[in-house]
Amino acid sequence: MTLETLYDIARSTWVVWMVLLFSSIVLWAFLPRNKKRFEEDANIIFKDEENGAKNHG
Amino acid sequence: MTDQSGPMTSASVIPVYDDEVVRKFVVATIFWGVIGFAAGVLIAFQLAFPALNLDLEWTSFGRLRPVHTSAVIFAFGGNILIGTTLFIVQRTSKVSLFGGSGLAHVVFWGYQAFIVMAALSYVLGFSQSKEYAEPEWFIDLWLTIIWVIYLVIFAGTIFIRKEKHIYVANWFFLAFILTIAMLHIVNNLAVPVSWTGAKSYILWSGVQDAMTQWWYGHNAVGFFLTAGFLGMMYYFIPKQAERPVYSYRLSVVHFWSITFLYIWAGPHHLHYTALPDWTQTLGMTFSVMLWMPSWGGMINGFMTLSGAWDKLRTDPTLRFLVTSVGFYGMSTFEGPLMSIKAVNSLSHYTDWTIGHVHSGALGWNAFISFGALYYLVPKLWGRERLYSLRLVNTHFWIATVGIVLYISSMWVSGIMQGLMWRTYDELGFLQYSFIETVEAMHPYYVIRGTGGVLFLIGSLIMVYNLVKTMKGHVRNEAPIGASTAKA
Amino acid sequence: MQKILEKNLILLCVAILVTVAIGGLVQIVPLYTMESTIEKVDGMRPYSPLEQAGRNIYIREGCYTCHSQMIRPFRDEAERYGHYSLAAESMYDHPFQWGSKRTGPDLARVGGKYSNDWHVAHMVDPRSVVPESIMPGYSFMADRELSYLNMDEHLYTLRQVGVPYSDDQIKSAVADINTQANGDKGDVDAFLARYPKAAIGDFDGNPDKVSELDAMIAYLQILGQMVDFTTYKPEMNRR
Repeated sequence: MTLETLYDIARSTWVVWMVLLFSSIVLWAFLPRNKKRFEEDANIIFKDEENGAKNHG
Repeated sequence: MTDQSGPMTSASVIPVYDDEVVRKFVVATIFWGVIGFAAGVLIAFQLAFPALNLDLEWTSFGRLRPVHTSAVIFAFGGNILIGTTLFIVQRTSKVSLFGGSGLAHVVFWGYQAFIVMAALSYVLGFSQSKEYAEPEWFIDLWLTIIWVIYLVIFAGTIFIRKEKHIYVANWFFLAFILTIAMLHIVNNLAVPVSWTGAKSYILWSGVQDAMTQWWYGHNAVGFFLTAGFLGMMYYFIPKQAERPVYSYRLSVVHFWSITFLYIWAGPHHLHYTALPDWTQTLGMTFSVMLWMPSWGGMINGFMTLSGAWDKLRTDPTLRFLVTSVGFYGMSTFEGPLMSIKAVNSLSHYTDWTIGHVHSGALGWNAFISFGALYYLVPKLWGRERLYSLRLVNTHFWIATVGIVLYISSMWVSGIMQGLMWRTYDELGFLQYSFIETVEAMHPYYVIRGTGGVLFLIGSLIMVYNLVKTMKGHVRNEAPIGASTAKA
Repeated sequence: MQKILEKNLILLCVAILVTVAIGGLVQIVPLYTMESTIEKVDGMRPYSPLEQAGRNIYIREGCYTCHSQMIRPFRDEAERYGHYSLAAESMYDHPFQWGSKRTGPDLARVGGKYSNDWHVAHMVDPRSVVPESIMPGYSFMADRELSYLNMDEHLYTLRQVGVPYSDDQIKSAVADINTQANGDKGDVDAFLARYPKAAIGDFDGNPDKVSELDAMIAYLQILGQMVDFTTYKPEMNRR
């Protein structure tokens, strides 16, 4: 198996591995067990308040 | 070394941010914005009234057009991008800038020098003629150095962060900085005629140069004007609405699909040209696919307000931010449409393209920048609130009317001219000479210029409001939404 | 795995770069390796020094902001401008000037369409020959002497980026400018052997000097003139 044959395989099957790559990103993003940490990530921007925590009420 | 801003309550958690340089970027954004809009108004009227070219070499449309595009994209857009990235990366990493305030100031002054050099060189007659990459080789080299320092500061700050995860806005910013570096270098590879002269010859030629240029050109839109500004959207809209982004997980998918798909779309600028057909087809396919992630992002921005729509009535800053997302959705719908070859055969070479660009540039990029400025100035100058919310509202409506005049006149003129070019009379001859189609554009060029004037006036109102805010003045006015039903 | 990626800055950067590099590699690299990208034609040659100098002025003035040089394969464009443009026709163009907007007409085949006198009048005051024109006037080009004493260096640089100029062409670059712009002086036959089909003459009507307008018009007059379409076979160049 040379690098060239590997390249040829990648070329002829690009639709397949592209779909695989994309679905794995979607899967990862929407996996139930990742839900909590993404919700925490979304709140990163509120942890920096210079005047203490949420001050705008 | 660092500059302190804002009072601190819990020193153990929140560091002292380097905000002095962000303040400078904010001022530069406002300054170059007005210059860029004014240059746009001038060249718009030059097309309606050619006497305005003055028949001087320094004031002709051909030399001033790059001044306008560079001023709005790289000066106005670039300064707000660098400024906000430096603001956001500190707050989402909970550390001050890597390299400190000094290194950040090198980027600030180095970037302003780039802008001044570029603008002067166009006016004096030095240009590579590659659209949105007009600066000659020595200016390109200068920008490359500044850009690398910028990357070091930005990535370095993420590297030393105190927050476990990297917030998604910073992903977009990283993609923006890295991709622009790649595009800038490849597209501008050139050999100077002499090391002491400005003139150079670009490495690529003909069809390969065309492909390289629009690979650059389209992704300057994709990664400078889209990815970078999406990063701003993912920070400022949740902040101003005081609620987390609608779906963080959608934003992850949004990021990877935008990053992957955008880079392929360049050939749609070269439909029906001498570029091989397979490349055109590939460009069209990916352009159409781009519609999906674009709208995914738009929905994500909009839905962040779900349950808080009433804020739009009382908060004109949020109105700017949210409307910008609407324009983003509109122009990313129009873009894929225009990339379809049959549509493009009509729209290409006409004002339709110009209108499309401006619905994105004015509606999306400028509006979200205005929103960010209205958010940032009170924060950075330690003011309780803006000088006047009512003036923000006035700015919003004047600018919106300006955009509507601009893009609707360009739709009409673009489609009309495209159709006139291909109209035959009953004997089978072309119905219109070229100059007749130019003549027919005149009223629309006047309307377009008028739209530009309104947009410029709006920005001047913003300048007044922001300067007053910086000085700490507060206008005595009735709150918005209380006494008016306008929303 | 993605968890690591997303927490690790370096990996994130690498992933982004790989993602954005693919598109460019697939779309741009084959344009250099596939032989069918540029058609086989007769007649293409590098620009004469005066034409190249004019081209540099065309670039300097931003003419590309309003004029395309790329005729698309449509019936109306063929009737208005001529045969659709071939990739071969811009193979020596560093950079390309296809343009993206037609505020003015396409110029890919403007060569030979108008007389030198018309071009002079039009460049100096466009509205004197086309009353409805919105083009800026370029009277300063007629007044200003062309700076061409280092034109050999320009040709040498162009050779470095791939234009096949011969030593002979580079050596006689400056003399060739005088020959093309004055006609009667210099060795016209040797010049035409180096640059077939080049227009020769006092383009701007002012024999006292070689002006920027001379160069500009020499460039405009060669546009679209090089390829011999009597021997061009489109069916041999399917892409």
